[in-house]
Amino acid sequence: MRDSRWQEYRFAYLLIIPSLVLLSGIILYPILDNFVISLYKYDLTKPWFRPFVALGNYQDLIHNPEFWASVGRAAYFTAASVSLEVILGLAIALFLNMQFPGRGILKTLVILPWAVPTVVSAIMWKWIFDANYGALNGLLLQLGVINQYQAWLTRPITAMNLIVAADVWHQTPFVVFIFLAALTTIPDALYEAARVDGAGALRSFQRITLPLLRPAFLIVFVVRTMEAFRVFDLIYVMTGGGPANATQVVTYYTYVSTFSYLHLGDGAAQSFLVSAFILVLSVAYIKLLGSQVEY
Amino acid sequence: MSRTSKSIVAAAMVLIMVGALLSGCSKSVTEPGASGTPEKVTLRFIGMEQAGMTVDEQKAVAKEFEDKHPGVTVETTFVSYDALHDKLATALAGGGTAFDVLVVDNTWMAEFAAAGWLMDVTDKITPEMKQQTVDQDVTWRIVTYNGRLYGMPWMLDQKYFYYNEDMLKQAGFDAPPKTWEEMVKMARGMKQKGIVEYPIIWSWAQKEASNVDFVTLLYGFGGQLESAPGVASFNDDGAKKALQFMVDTLKEGISNPASTVSVEEDVRNTFSAGKAAFAINWLYMYDLANDPKESKVAGKVKLAMMPVSEAVLAKGIPSATSNDSMGMAVSAGSKNKELAWEFLHYFTSPEVQKRYAAHQLPIWKEAFSDPELLKAQPVTTKMFMEQFPYGHVKVHVPYYMEYSKIMQLSMQYAFSGQKTPAQSLDEAVGQVNKLAQQYKQ
Repeated sequence: MRDSRWQEYRFAYLLIIPSLVLLSGIILYPILDNFVISLYKYDLTKPWFRPFVALGNYQDLIHNPEFWASVGRAAYFTAASVSLEVILGLAIALFLNMQFPGRGILKTLVILPWAVPTVVSAIMWKWIFDANYGALNGLLLQLGVINQYQAWLTRPITAMNLIVAADVWHQTPFVVFIFLAALTTIPDALYEAARVDGAGALRSFQRITLPLLRPAFLIVFVVRTMEAFRVFDLIYVMTGGGPANATQVVTYYTYVSTFSYLHLGDGAAQSFLVSAFILVLSVAYIKLLGSQVEY
Repeated sequence: MSRTSKSIVAAAMVLIMVGALLSGCSKSVTEPGASGTPEKVTLRFIGMEQAGMTVDEQKAVAKEFEDKHPGVTVETTFVSYDALHDKLATALAGGGTAFDVLVVDNTWMAEFAAAGWLMDVTDKITPEMKQQTVDQDVTWRIVTYNGRLYGMPWMLDQKYFYYNEDMLKQAGFDAPPKTWEEMVKMARGMKQKGIVEYPIIWSWAQKEASNVDFVTLLYGFGGQLESAPGVASFNDDGAKKALQFMVDTLKEGISNPASTVSVEEDVRNTFSAGKAAFAINWLYMYDLANDPKESKVAGKVKLAMMPVSEAVLAKGIPSATSNDSMGMAVSAGSKNKELAWEFLHYFTSPEVQKRYAAHQLPIWKEAFSDPELLKAQPVTTKMFMEQFPYGHVKVHVPYYMEYSKIMQLSMQYAFSGQKTPAQSLDEAVGQVNKLAQQYKQ
């Protein structure tokens, strides 16, 4: 009995070997190669000079204020965009979970921004925020909020917040649909029971909806944090890291170090550190939110 | 299924997958051109979609070359200037087979040549070829690194001073400004009369474009990029005055506030929409801003010599601008180097360059006395010859991309008020000189 069970396992493992080989070829090997590169001082502008520096690149990064400033910007971007997306996403999901005519059409409309490729949405927002012909200027001028066109993306803090706004527009639908899917799995019986026991809407939201949405929160936080921390295409298109580096987040800095300055060793070390940050964040989320709720 | 047959099935699957993986790897190494008949060759050209010849014009030249060389296909790729360096660097670092013929900016030539990515063509350039170009020294410096040549000069471009003649007339001025101070006065007049809200638009985004305008102003205010070869000095008196001028005109609303997020195409769009009286741009804007399909101010666009400051003019220097030219090179990893060189040679030949001179003038001296070209491009050819002696070339160092970023940021910090112009430039020059030391290690 035990022997045949083991046979089954072995057969199962043999079957997954092909995909394991493939995955190690396209994921594991590049990661290891990248790690090896990060142990060298490797500048393509000086191909003859490639000394082994062990963790030297990592040490340099720890003392590099520009790197930490860009990590800080990525953290700000992540905190701002993810929290706005969760709040807005939850509100829209709760609304769409109600029964009302036209709900189907509204659901379809809500997902539209998410269907737009990031680069396209970035170009669109760049036009909207444009200083000379942007729609935002047109709107605010007609509403009387401003009395002349503003060059929005020229101000460091404003530029960062406008990129957050563009990201919120683009990514909130994803959050809405995760929450909406989770909401539909909550049995109505729970709410009925709560009503019978005299609980109001707020109380059933606090005691039933929120706890049961926990797995959805986990997915949203982990996925969105990972993506937001690595934001690149929005920044590349909308500001190119400017003005005055105010939107140079850590992945953009890694990109510039690697592909513009051609410091491959340094860039590889940066990408490893960024992955480590994201890993720590994800583990923290799982620890905080991962416990199962039982009813 | 018996135990052994299960194992056989599984082992076979592993083998198939590994085999597929390996063959997938090897396929990417072999050239697609090599698998066809021997005469069929594909050349890959990567160019720029911004300033200079338009994409359609460049494609037309590629087509002409195909017609002259049966069996040869030229595949073209075009990206914006700001994406070109990184695209080239990744392609070249990966073996250089992705593109055979490349458009390379003068500031990248040192970096790419030092990395061994470009074909050395020193022996292919004859002394006659050198003598026949517009300016032997400036023109060939585009493609020179450590005394060797790595390509052909292709686009000799410089920044030109554009003005909207109608707006000047409305404000009561009958000639363009000769000095930056005069320009500011005229701009104030136009602003007060409500002719234009922001009289001048520049390309001061945190991109390479801002360095070009900075170099123009730096020399215009009497500064110098280097005090000695390899020693950066763009924090000298002239440089600081130039950056102060940039900050002041922004504050006063003489320079369009959108300048600090604009590149050359934004300058062209703003100027062509009639939202600027003055603009600084490459030659290509002259034709496009005077084209009614592209511009609301067609027919009103005029060129003038790039102004300088009053102090510099008093020294007898009437103009200063940026000369920022591009070359064409062959990838050292190209499988068809000779054919690639032939293509490049054709692309830069006087015959081709004269035919496509609307947005980019030839590098060849004789073209400028060719009656046909002078008739076709009467304004730009004349302006080019007048402005060219006052052009200043940027520095050519293998670490230029980092140098460039430091210079861009020094302006950005001053624009955003985080640092004073003097402080910002002093720090930047310190960083650049440190970079030079690091590179020598």
